[in-house]
Amino acid sequence: MNKTKLPEPTSNGFLNNPQNRAIIYQVAALLFVVFLAYYFTSNMFENVEKRGITTGFAFLDNTAGFGISQTLIEYSDATSSYYDVFIVGLLNTLLVSVIGVFLASVLGLLIGVGRLSQNYLISKLSMVYIETFRNIPILLQILFWYNVVLAALPSPRQSFNYLDTLFLNNRGLLTPEPIFESNSIFILVAAVLAIIGVIFLGRWAKKRHDLTGEEFPLIKVSITILILAPTLVFFISGQPISAEYPVLKGFNFRGGLTIIPELLALIFALSIYTATYIAEAVRAGIEAVPSGQKEAAKALGLKDYVILRKVVLPQALRVIIPPVINQYLNLVKNSSLATAIGYPELVTLFSGTTLNQVGQAIEIILMTMAVYLTISIVISLVLNWVNAKMAIKGR
Amino acid sequence: MATYTIKEAKAAPVGTKGPIHWMKHNLFPDVKNSLLTLVGLYLLYLTVPPFLNWMIFDATWSGTQDEITKGGARWIFISEKFDQFMYGFYPEELHWRPNLVLILTVAFLFSFKIFANVKIKAALILSYPVISFILISGGWLGLETVETEKWGGLMLTLVVAAVGIIASFPIGIVLALGRQSDMPIVKTLCVGFIEFIRGVPLITILFMASVVLPLFFSDGIDFDKLLRALIGITLFQAAYIAEVVRGGLQAIPKGQYEAAESLGLSYWQGMILIILPQALKISIPNLVGSFISLFKDTTLVLIIGLFDILAMVTLTNSDTNWLGYEVEGYVFVTLIYWVVCFTMSQYSKAIERKFNTEH
Repeated sequence: MNKTKLPEPTSNGFLNNPQNRAIIYQVAALLFVVFLAYYFTSNMFENVEKRGITTGFAFLDNTAGFGISQTLIEYSDATSSYYDVFIVGLLNTLLVSVIGVFLASVLGLLIGVGRLSQNYLISKLSMVYIETFRNIPILLQILFWYNVVLAALPSPRQSFNYLDTLFLNNRGLLTPEPIFESNSIFILVAAVLAIIGVIFLGRWAKKRHDLTGEEFPLIKVSITILILAPTLVFFISGQPISAEYPVLKGFNFRGGLTIIPELLALIFALSIYTATYIAEAVRAGIEAVPSGQKEAAKALGLKDYVILRKVVLPQALRVIIPPVINQYLNLVKNSSLATAIGYPELVTLFSGTTLNQVGQAIEIILMTMAVYLTISIVISLVLNWVNAKMAIKGR
Repeated sequence: MATYTIKEAKAAPVGTKGPIHWMKHNLFPDVKNSLLTLVGLYLLYLTVPPFLNWMIFDATWSGTQDEITKGGARWIFISEKFDQFMYGFYPEELHWRPNLVLILTVAFLFSFKIFANVKIKAALILSYPVISFILISGGWLGLETVETEKWGGLMLTLVVAAVGIIASFPIGIVLALGRQSDMPIVKTLCVGFIEFIRGVPLITILFMASVVLPLFFSDGIDFDKLLRALIGITLFQAAYIAEVVRGGLQAIPKGQYEAAESLGLSYWQGMILIILPQALKISIPNLVGSFISLFKDTTLVLIIGLFDILAMVTLTNSDTNWLGYEVEGYVFVTLIYWVVCFTMSQYSKAIERKFNTEH
């Protein structure tokens, strides 16, 4: 056999070697980015110095000195610092997000199932809902709820009254405020114990099912335990929770819990808008289960609810959950639009009022961005965990 | 011995055609569904007649404010303020310039379909933004300059959306290619940029662009407010385009990449001639989807003080002669957004059906 030797690479082959090229490209890209960063930061420091703006995070300890219409922690205009403002804003963002996620999920599930209903009218109504609200900008919806619907509510004296417990007027929605006495800690303990008990019960039921094939009515029993245990303790410990009702005094209400109109508008708009996307995800997920699966389950003689629980839902959820979690993230990000109606959340309080008072734009906006980045990283970690948990296990 | 008796004849099968059967089958198949249908009908009864009355039958379509007698929508407000909703403070005698740009856009889209020559297409793509910019902003060829502070209304919304779509497209493609690249540093930079932008709300990026960006340049560079918003929106949209294009790139079979390499094409030749045309084609539905989101997101520029069409609602209502017309303003703007977004989403669904070759 004759082996012809390859010609020795010539010196000008250096640039034609893909590995060398890759290194050159990457060094060039890195240099470009480093140069940009250097150029921007040096200009930034120069400009900041010229305008006499202080740098650093020392401003967080200064007294803020402005009032906030809704605070979940102790806050006073006179003594609280900008750090407290940051925490108040963060908590209000989380409050809106949690309520919004809950309502959007319920509404989205209902509409998504309704979209697949064999009932022609319900299916078409769900479609109209989805196509109407997902094609209107969320900011427009927030402004509409706030400036048109809620602004048209009557004054406290003429407020809509539901059984003297719920009042709706232009100051917001007033509900009874629960008052916890010292004994109420027992109820919390009972609730926690009930949750732990249900977890163990679930494990036991699964084990028994694996061993004997016998079904245990887990959901019914769990719900009974979860409701019964705290209720029993509530009565045994002498009814330690009472409610304070809002009462009209003069021109305004006293007592009770007030949900400010800004929060109402934001929650309505966010959950109605996000529900359209969740509904589409639910529909796509259920449609993704091949009809052969349902037919096969039926041919095996399974009952309808068993088919739904053991055959359809496990396969549909795998498709539904990832886009829904993404929508939750979008809802958290969209809650920042509250700044347009002045609801006191992170962007309004921190990137708005605090920025105007302090003027340290870079620190403040970076802190705000860091919060949202953290939230989205946490949510994507949860998503990855869920995906790994639900991945089809090969045998 | 078995004896056979003649069975009675069965009744003819129930008809399966006609509106009555359709209603029985689709609206009232059982008790639960019948109740649902009734609830649905009641909902329709509660919402549709009042809505139609307000929108059309009880609405005031012409005349002056003093002649309003009906309780429905007062559309005379919209016709009175129509120019502001469309052009903002753009000088009235110069309205022909944005109008001409609109006509040019339509002509551009048609000529793009007619001409097959790549060079003509490239020339069209490159000249369109320049001509449109000169026409709207002026200052060249004897056209009077109109400062960006005077741009507003639907015109501004469309300018923001168009710039966001056109400028973010090449950046997005480069970012997507960088994310798919084998080079670790380039990949890290692209992934970092994309994930950072996608992790924060648009409003914080707009704040960043409007407050922090000017600090990044030495004092000599004077930044226009609109330009700052456009930079923010473009960077934001580029990250989303990058993710859409990446989806398309991942859907291309590996054989296509290998075929391009074995033909001796360089990386860029292979990408431009073989991979990207296929990847972009399959990502068209998702690209349209991200254009819809961008179009809806243009409303956010009002928070940093630009007067897009949504900001016009508040602005036109601050006229002391026309107070309290917010509802009409919001409904009008809603209709515009809804029609545009709905049309685009139907278009994207139609393309998806066309590409779907499954059976």
